Amino acid sequence: MRDMGKTTQVPVVQGILSANDEIALQNQALLRQHRILTVNLMASPGAGKTSLILRSIEALRTRLRIGVVEGDIASSVDADRVAAGGTAVVQINTGGQCHLDAPMVRRALATLPLPELDVIIIENVGNLICPVDFHLGEDLNVMIASVPEGDDKPYKYPGIFTAVDAIVINKVDLLPYLRFDMQALRKLVLGMNPDVRVFAVSCESGAGIEEWTQWLEQQATTKRQA
Amino acid sequence: MHELSITQNILSIVIKHAKKAQAQRVTGINLVVGELTGFVDDSIQFYFDMLSPGSMAEGARLNIERIPARVRCRACAREFAPQGMNWACPQCAAIGGEVLSGREFSVKSIEVE
Repeated sequence: MRDMGKTTQVPVVQGILSANDEIALQNQALLRQHRILTVNLMASPGAGKTSLILRSIEALRTRLRIGVVEGDIASSVDADRVAAGGTAVVQINTGGQCHLDAPMVRRALATLPLPELDVIIIENVGNLICPVDFHLGEDLNVMIASVPEGDDKPYKYPGIFTAVDAIVINKVDLLPYLRFDMQALRKLVLGMNPDVRVFAVSCESGAGIEEWTQWLEQQATTKRQA
Repeated sequence: MHELSITQNILSIVIKHAKKAQAQRVTGINLVVGELTGFVDDSIQFYFDMLSPGSMAEGARLNIERIPARVRCRACAREFAPQGMNWACPQCAAIGGEVLSGREFSVKSIEVE
């Protein structure tokens, strides 16, 4: 191999995201030890990630202890909204990076009171593309698609629609004012991801929130008994 | 897109293995990228051209092998290639199943001198 000018093929076979995946597995092991259900919440900016978190905390307050990891490119406005209710929350500013990664979540977990939590919701950076490729150590991947974004989103972002366990359609209170075919969206999504759960909610009016939080509670119970 | 940090990962994997092989420089990098991943060839190339100068991988050829998606039907176990949004089995019309390939994203090998 020291012969100058002679080309040699060196097998590598290493996953490009293997460093992230390894830390994600460590996060997962830590969370399993504490029997905490962890949700990676993804959506485009403005779809209602923080609003859904606030609604979920409110609905489950007496039954589940929820902690929150807030991922944002900058600022702590979302974390401030969540912390105002007394919830354990930790802010991650990615400094421009378009997604959270496992090392960031590991640092965040170190500051949360894990023995006192049943559920952790990780609010990923508002983006439908990049977060999908980075495992964090989560149990469930959930995305929000909101009514004003349109019913054709799965055509544009098939990656995330096939990767999630549940889809929350938010802002259904706006359905009377917008052209949005809920049946068409459901059909399209279930055609790519037949096991996905679809919830139609309004964080504004509270419609559909109960069905979503019941499911979340069920998942947390399963995790606790695992 | 996050191809910048991805390309940094690629470069560090490549350099680590090139050093282990006691190479002087890297002339080629062979990547495998599944069709179901969101990675864009041109974008990886763009950042590679930006990041590699001054490293032992400067000027290396980037070969990207695209791996098509294959799914095993959940109902009848037939293997098929999903077509875009259509994940219906051509044999029994059941939808989706186990993804056999298409999610790859790795450095397969490097060529060094």
